[in-house]
Parts: sequence; structure tokens; C-alpha cells
Amino acid sequence: MSETCQLDGEDIPFAPGQTVLQAALSADRYIPHLCYHPEFKPHGSCKVCTVKIGNRTAASCTMPAQAGMEIESNTEEMNDLRRTLVQMLFAEGNHFCPSCEKSGNCELQALGSDLGVMTAGFRHFYPDRPVDASHPDILLDFNRCILCELCVRASCEVDEKCVFALSGRGITKHLVVNATSGKLADTDIALTDKAMQVCPVGVILKKRVGFAVPIGQRRYDKRPISAQALDDAPRPSSGSGRCTACEE
Amino acid sequence: MPQSNLSPSLSPNLPPSLSPTELESILAKQRRDPTRLLQILIDIQAAQHWISPENIDLLAAELNLPRARVEGVIGFYSFLHDQPVGQFRLLFSDNITDRMLGNQDLLEYLCNKLWLERGHVSEDGLVSVDTTSCTGLCDQGPAMLANGLAIPRLTRERLDEIVELVLQKVPVTQWPAELFVIEDNIRRSHILLANQMQPGDALRAAVAQVCVPGSAVEAAANQRSWREGIPSVALCAPLSTLEEIKRSNLRGRGGAGFTTGLKWEACRNAPGGEDNRTRYVVCNADEGEPGTFKDRVLLTTQADLLFEGMTLCAYAIDAKQGFLYLRGEYRHLLEPLNAVLQRRRAANLLGADILGQTGFDFDIEIHLGAGAYVCGEESALIESLEGKRGIPRNRPPYPVTHGYLDKPTTVNNVETFCAAALVGLHGGDWYRDIGTAKSAGTKILSVSGDCARPGIYEYPFGASVRQVLADCGAENTLAVQISGPSGVCIGADEFDRRIAFEDLATAGAFMVFDESRDMFEVARNFAHFFAHESCGFCTPCRVGTAMLKATMDKIAAGHGTQYDLAEIDQLNRILLQSAHCGLGHTACNPTLDTLKRFRPTYERRLKSLDFEPAFDLDGALATARRMTGRDDAGAHLSMETES
Repeated sequence: MSETCQLDGEDIPFAPGQTVLQAALSADRYIPHLCYHPEFKPHGSCKVCTVKIGNRTAASCTMPAQAGMEIESNTEEMNDLRRTLVQMLFAEGNHFCPSCEKSGNCELQALGSDLGVMTAGFRHFYPDRPVDASHPDILLDFNRCILCELCVRASCEVDEKCVFALSGRGITKHLVVNATSGKLADTDIALTDKAMQVCPVGVILKKRVGFAVPIGQRRYDKRPISAQALDDAPRPSSGSGRCTACEE
Repeated sequence: MPQSNLSPSLSPNLPPSLSPTELESILAKQRRDPTRLLQILIDIQAAQHWISPENIDLLAAELNLPRARVEGVIGFYSFLHDQPVGQFRLLFSDNITDRMLGNQDLLEYLCNKLWLERGHVSEDGLVSVDTTSCTGLCDQGPAMLANGLAIPRLTRERLDEIVELVLQKVPVTQWPAELFVIEDNIRRSHILLANQMQPGDALRAAVAQVCVPGSAVEAAANQRSWREGIPSVALCAPLSTLEEIKRSNLRGRGGAGFTTGLKWEACRNAPGGEDNRTRYVVCNADEGEPGTFKDRVLLTTQADLLFEGMTLCAYAIDAKQGFLYLRGEYRHLLEPLNAVLQRRRAANLLGADILGQTGFDFDIEIHLGAGAYVCGEESALIESLEGKRGIPRNRPPYPVTHGYLDKPTTVNNVETFCAAALVGLHGGDWYRDIGTAKSAGTKILSVSGDCARPGIYEYPFGASVRQVLADCGAENTLAVQISGPSGVCIGADEFDRRIAFEDLATAGAFMVFDESRDMFEVARNFAHFFAHESCGFCTPCRVGTAMLKATMDKIAAGHGTQYDLAEIDQLNRILLQSAHCGLGHTACNPTLDTLKRFRPTYERRLKSLDFEPAFDLDGALATARRMTGRDDAGAHLSMETES
């Protein structure tokens, strides 16, 4: 028998070990999220999925669901917070949607659109982030990186290659690849890797297939992300949940 | 992006790598253990002054770790470098107290003497000069770290001496000992600093305890005996120890004030692996909060008391292994502390069958940090102990059940363990009678800033700020920053407030500012600190602290508006609601506190406009001016329009 907690006033069931976000998605209830991916261990860095539990706030993707919890998610206060966090991510990187290959398929853009983000709201950082075009088939455009670590997790947990990792600290935190040269061409990444499929924004791109689908006919051009996330969400993990290749 | 574009072939002047033989000896010393990666990297950095790409490759192969992960660990810690930083790395402590003592002038003086630009390595690869977060020498600043070793009381004369030593390439370990003399400056002692305990006294008292027939402890021992598979008579003394700690009402001295007895009990109750004895005792000596230096003095003068407290904890929670996580800035304390550990092993106060008690096995190992304030957060500290980037973990689960290597772990502050040892010797009732009803015992304050007698002051809880100010000889005091940037800034109308958990909770910092000081600059210094020390894991803290820093700089440059003040409020709300750990939650405190109490110092800097662009067009031309070697009026936008 599963137990229940309350999300925005309605009872939802949860299985032992599920986090609040997992329980919500399984119950067909959407909580906006960005760095969470149903196939990997949640780590809670983007904080977009923050909810209010009692008088405290917590990232719902990592907070274990407990019986009787009263969770507020779809409130003006929480949506305001999410809007600002998305704005911060837009201000932090270099995001030029009109010229981006990922436009229409980009989760950051889709989330911004859903939450009503009209401008970045903050001063842009305009960071200097050179692209890595060394690989014959893959382009890395770090300008759009939101540091969600999905590629890190996919490469570790599923591909067991650890092609990606994070280095630096604070605002200088950045993605690095597993090669002495620091170039993607010198890693063992393959087009078929899980890490190739998970970037929510336009960092990891296949070369020579750009703009195959016209803008206007892309994934989030058709239906908002809030609707599509639910189609996706409850699905089995393809990974081990642990980084076996990186951890002894 | 600060990625390596210096391939060896392009840069023939790169310093050499550590030889494979030398690397091998470091690896052997660290038992080729990947959880000791950070310790290995610290050793390489110390030996070779940088960690070369070749060394990273070799290390990754030897430890069977992805190279990118090794690179990620190096990139996280301020004192590790995968780019050359010179044979001599001179870092000025840049706390506000160092600034008040003139560190910026001294930094400029040193750079001029060495023909250097701050942050750049000299052409010959000999030396670099930069700043670092507070090094815990606020009572004897300005301070610096020379290749990681602390030098207090900098003056131009002392810098002249340092310049000579650098130019003659004398290794820092051979510099005159006089440069490295650090004072304890103990100004006021109470039960802790004045204790007369002999090594082992508290442990002897603890193991001698017996169960009073019919007592609660006896009942608990009987109950646990069955659950833990230990004869109840052997449980009497450890459980009595736990009981005394609970009775003492001792609360954590690191700032949060969690009840120590409850923490220890929860840890003991957590299943400790297959033998149910795999638990860890960790002492948090990562005293990074700017303005705090009481742990440095405790580590210097009370090391036995500290280790006794840790051993007592191990006895109470049934742990075999302890760690002291020593901040990199206190590297100079490593050898003396190891000597104390060695002496205690020889006296059977550590090791197997301590004091002849069968099965009372415990030892302590010291791990060094490498310049990361966030590692003072207990779960980040544990990550760092495991050799990783110091990112605070998601909680629950908490360290008491899933800590070091996912095993039950008790993490306490240096001062907490010292106090616990006193409780072990004198009992919980004795301890709880000192201080206030809600705050038992004493608190050690690190007093610095504008006062005649900066240093260490121990008070029973309940002492007023006014009393501390009088004792340290502070005059015309404008404000006091209690518990560092993450604490609270109070003005003169609040000096009757008291040092206690129920009023002004503090980890120990007590920075005094007199009426000559500009509290805006104090807050701006702290905003820079948080931005530098944010681990970058979560969006709100990574981006928010950088935004706060930029906003404070914008106001300082005379471009601020009311709009910016509103933005600070917004950032604070976001950080409080969604930051991953305490660093983010408190990052806006200094700004908000000073805004509330000293608003005019902000407002006189504001432009009377509603909006003012942050983009400084004239500033953007600086690179062009440098490239063309021009700095005349015509090369400046504002002067151009004026003329």
C-alpha cells in the first residue's frame, strides 16, 4: 500500500524512496524542473523545482516524499522564484535564441516561455566561453551551458565513460572533457552515447544536421513543456544510478 | 573559460613536472587511495608548485580515476593549480580587517618591488602575488601565505626581507623562523583556556564510570546490549559518557548550535556497517569564516584537550577512526599536531585498547584542506575528506547516519570537542551551570578590528557586546560584525545584546569597526568573499553571489540607483528560498544588515536616477588604451565629452 502526501491541496500517492518530484510526475502532476531527468539520480542543482513544504522550501527532485507532507508548488510565490532562477541562467550564459540550433527544442527556452520570462531581468554576464569544434562529428558550444550536469551523469552512469566533468568553482565553474588536450576530439565519446542525447540546451550538438526541422515545427513549438514533461517522466532508468566508472 | 591552452610544445618555459619517482613516493605514502586524492594533490602542489598535465595523466591512470575528475578537484580548490603560478606564491589575506590594516598598499608595494602585476606570474616564472580569503590572523594582520605558510604582521620592512629571499630563491622552508612567529594573544581565559587537565584525565574519568543499579543508564545499557551484541557491563561507561554530554546541554560551537549530545546519540544509534563499529569522528578545523581565529589558538594551545574530546566521542558513539580536517591556511600547525598525536599514541591514549580497555580502539588522522570556505559546511567537508570537490550534499540523509563513506559520522567544531572533554572530566551538571539557561558553558571570541587589544577572549555565555568592547579597548565603535559575514552586523544601539544562542549566536568572530570606517566597504568586501567562495553547485548561489558582487561594485563606482537596492532585496529572497546550503542563505546578510543600519553610506553613492546602465563605456576602452599606450584626455570618453 502506498502512502500519500498533499500537493497543492490534493492527495498524491508515493512509493517508498520516491522524491517529491518523482511522486508528483508519477501522479500526472507537473512541477517545473530543469536539471532533473527521469533516468538519472536527481542531484538538485538548478533549484527550479523548489517547492514549499510547511514554512520551508526545498528542491522537490531531491526531497524524499513523506506521508502527510503538505507541498505547495503551483503558487505565485514559487513560480516567481522559478521565473527568477530561469532569468539568472539566461543572464549567466550567452543565450541567443534566434540563432540557436536548439531553439524550439530547448528546455531552458521552453521553461522560460511557460513561466512568462520576457527578459533576462538582470545584467548579462557575457562570459567568454570558446566553443570546442575539435571533434569531427560533434560541436560543444559552452556559451549555452547551464551546468545541469546531465551530460556528466549520462556519461558516467550510462555510458560509463566519464567524458564530461565539472571544474572550477562559483561563477567560474565550467564543463571539462576527459582529455589531456582538453579537446572533445581526444575523448572516446561516440554519437550513440547517452550523453549525446540529454543536453537540455544547445551545448552538445551533432554537426551537419542543424536546422533539419524548421523553427516553428519543433518540439516545444507544438506543446508547452509542462504538458510534455508528463509524457516523459515516469520511465525506467537506463543507468546504474551510480557512477561506477568514476567511483571505485 | 580558464581552460588550458598552454600545450607543452607551445610553451617551452613551463616548469617541470614532478618526476614519476617522486610521484610514486607520494602515492605510496597516501596508500594509492583515491579517497586521498586531495591529499595527494596537496603533496604534489607543495613539491612542484603546480600540478602538470603529465602528472594529472599519471595520477588518473594510477588511481584509476577519470582524468577530468582529477582536473575537477584541482579546479575546485584555491591552493591547487594546473597552471604554473611561480616557485613563490605570495597571497595576501584579504579580509576586511587586513584591509583596515593596509594590506592593499602593501600588496601594491610588493608588486612594484617585484615588477609584477597582481595575479600574473613573473616573466621568469619565479613569483606571483595575489589575494586569498581570510587566513585567520586578523589579530596580527596584515597577513600573507608564502607557499602556504602563514606570515603575520606585514610591514614594508618585512616585505623588503621577503623580496630579497624570493630574488635569492631561498626556499620558503628555509626563510628565517622569525617571519612565521604567530602570537596566541589570549586576553581572557575561563574554564576552557585556563583548564589544568592532564592528557588522559577525561578518558580515565570516562572509562571508570559504572552503572548505578536501577538507573536509566543501566536500563539503556541492558536494552542496547541485546541490540548491539555487547555485554551490558561494557556499555555502562560509554553510555554514561553520552548521558553526561546530553546533560551538559553542550551545543555545537561552529555556529548552528545543534545539541551535541543528541548528535552523538543519533550517530551511535545509526547502524555502523557489518561489524556495527564503522563510525567516524570528524573534527571540523576548517575555520574559514572571516574574522574567526579561535580554533587556530585552540589547535596551538589545547591540542590535547581537542584530541581527548574526539577520543571521548569515539568512546561514546563506538567509532574507531577519527579525522581532523585542518584548513590549508593552518598548514603550519600540521607537524605540531602530528607530534601531539604521536605522543598520545605512545601514552596509549590513542591506538588499540586505549587505557587498557579491551576494544577501545581509536586513532586520528589529519587531512588538509586547500582553500575552500564552503568545506566548513559539514557535508561538503565530508566530500572533501573523501577526496572530492567540496560540494554540500543533499540532506536528508544527514551525516550522523550517512557521512564519511556513507557511514555514521559525527562532525563537531574544535571548540565543541574541547568543551566535551571538560564535560567528560567534570560532568554535565558542572558544565550546564556555567553560562545561561539556554546556552551552557563558555564561548571563545576572536576579537579583531578597531580595538586596542585584539585577540582571544573566553566568556561564559551571556556576556554583552558592550562588555567585550570594553575589555578589548574599543572606542568610538560604530558597528560590530558578529560571527563573520554569515552572521549579523549590529550598531551602537544594540551593544547591550548578549553572546548566547538565544540572542547573538556566533561561531566566534567579533570584528570591531569604529566611526572612521565605511560600512559599505565592509559589506562590499564580504560580497566579494561570498562570490569567491560559492561552490557554484546551485543556480541561486552561483549566479546570485556574482550578481551581488557586481551590484556592490556598481554602487562603489558611483553608478548605483534605487533600482540596484531593490535588486539586492530580490537576490536575498531568491537565495533564502532556494540556495543549496548556508553559504547562499547568508550571502546577502552583510549587505542587508548594513543597508538597514547604515543606509546613508549607500545612498550617498547612488545616482539620483531610476536607472543607470551597468555598462561602463569608458571602462570598456581600457584595453584599447593599454594596447595603444595612451592614457591622455582624448583617450577617455568622459573627458572627451567634457572637453
